[in-house]
Amino acid sequence: MQIKEYKPLIVAFCCNWCSYAGADLAGNNRLNYPAEVKIIRVPCSCRVNPMFILRAFQRGADGVIICGCHPGDCHYTSGNYYTRRRMALLFSMLDFLGIERERTRVEWVSAAEGAKFATTMNDFVEKVASLGENKRLEDLRCKR
Amino acid sequence: MQKITLESLVEKAVSLLENGTVTSVLGWKKGEFDYDITPAVFESADELKKDFVWNDFCGANFSKYLVSKTCKSEGKILVFLKPCDTYSFNQLLTEHRFDREKVYAVGIPCEGMADINKVKEVVGDGISKIESNGDDLVVTTIYEDAPVKVTCKDVLAERCVNCKSKRHVAYDELLGEEGEVIASERFDEVERLEKMTPEERFAFWQNELSKCIRCNACRDVCPACTCEKCVFDNPNSGVENKAASNSFEEKMFHIIRAFHVAGRCTDCGECSRVCPQNIPLHLLNRKFIKDINEFYGEYQAGAEVGLRAPLVDYTLEDLEPGEVFDRRDNNA
Repeated sequence: MQIKEYKPLIVAFCCNWCSYAGADLAGNNRLNYPAEVKIIRVPCSCRVNPMFILRAFQRGADGVIICGCHPGDCHYTSGNYYTRRRMALLFSMLDFLGIERERTRVEWVSAAEGAKFATTMNDFVEKVASLGENKRLEDLRCKR
Repeated sequence: MQKITLESLVEKAVSLLENGTVTSVLGWKKGEFDYDITPAVFESADELKKDFVWNDFCGANFSKYLVSKTCKSEGKILVFLKPCDTYSFNQLLTEHRFDREKVYAVGIPCEGMADINKVKEVVGDGISKIESNGDDLVVTTIYEDAPVKVTCKDVLAERCVNCKSKRHVAYDELLGEEGEVIASERFDEVERLEKMTPEERFAFWQNELSKCIRCNACRDVCPACTCEKCVFDNPNSGVENKAASNSFEEKMFHIIRAFHVAGRCTDCGECSRVCPQNIPLHLLNRKFIKDINEFYGEYQAGAEVGLRAPLVDYTLEDLEPGEVFDRRDNNA
């Protein structure tokens, strides 16, 4: 019998203007980051509704990371400031419900930080992989 | 035991109806049982004298009803507001959810409402009659010959034990005496949970939320939930109804419900009052309130009309999401 190696599924919400370009730069520079990271491009990090994050977890994501422009550099001036407040509260709430806090993260990655994008993803995937499968937030109704 | 009498409320309502100030009255009416009090609209003095009730089970917060009542009617509506209801009243005004001109608000003092579940713990099931007598409730059951006396203070609802304010923040007229804002210990239970390990917290919430039957009562009663179209009514969400597939399945509903009212929740405690499964839903709301107070400064939703809610605001120096945990670990 072949034992299937566990690979975490990571959803990364990247803002169009900074982090998505940062991921692109990482690719152009041939910097390795795990293929388990699935990038979803959003116009701004504040486009990420807390429901998106829970939805990702329900459908079987093991970790969710939100990447946006550095505070002060938002393409829309103030979007990431709102993200910062929302995510601080949401992640605190997930922790309150007993969800492992390493499964969620917010990271500011600019378009020039390809290397930071790659190291962040490597680090995040490693942390999530050590936690194992996401059992606490999954929902069998939503899994395909 | 309520200090203000039923007679004075009815008298006030009748006089306002008769002098034409208001055309209808939002009040309480007896449901199937003495402890089952439902909100009702009264339009005549006869109805008021016949059906209006005021006792230790009149917990319903009327603020939300004003949204539908003021958009339909032409005339003014009289509403009785307890101190905690006035916060919701202000919050809805801040959000422009109803027309202030069409409301005549009468503030009434509240000594705290009784929780029927606590009464049942003392006297058991089969309650056929409950009467107030001074500081006691006299409870008659179908199993006992003699009525049982229960002290009101012993059966106060959790939200009233930890009452945050006896001061009205909005009214046109006040009956009885004005109270004070109270330094309550309402965050103690949240702190107790925070001190647990993640495994214990998960076990606690899994135990509580697995009781959820998705009746949506907490959403329907919440004065902060006044959207006409609600995300939870979406049949394509895959989570719109209960399927009992895993025991923590309703967490998304509860996290999102609490998140949607974060920064706007006045902590009136209606969600926990109406929950048929007695899930302590107010703890989720209080967790958000506590976090907001700690991270972004003290904030009481509805304390004034026009306050800017913390989630539609920001400062350049806000805490980073990752710092939240460092901070908590250092405090612990």
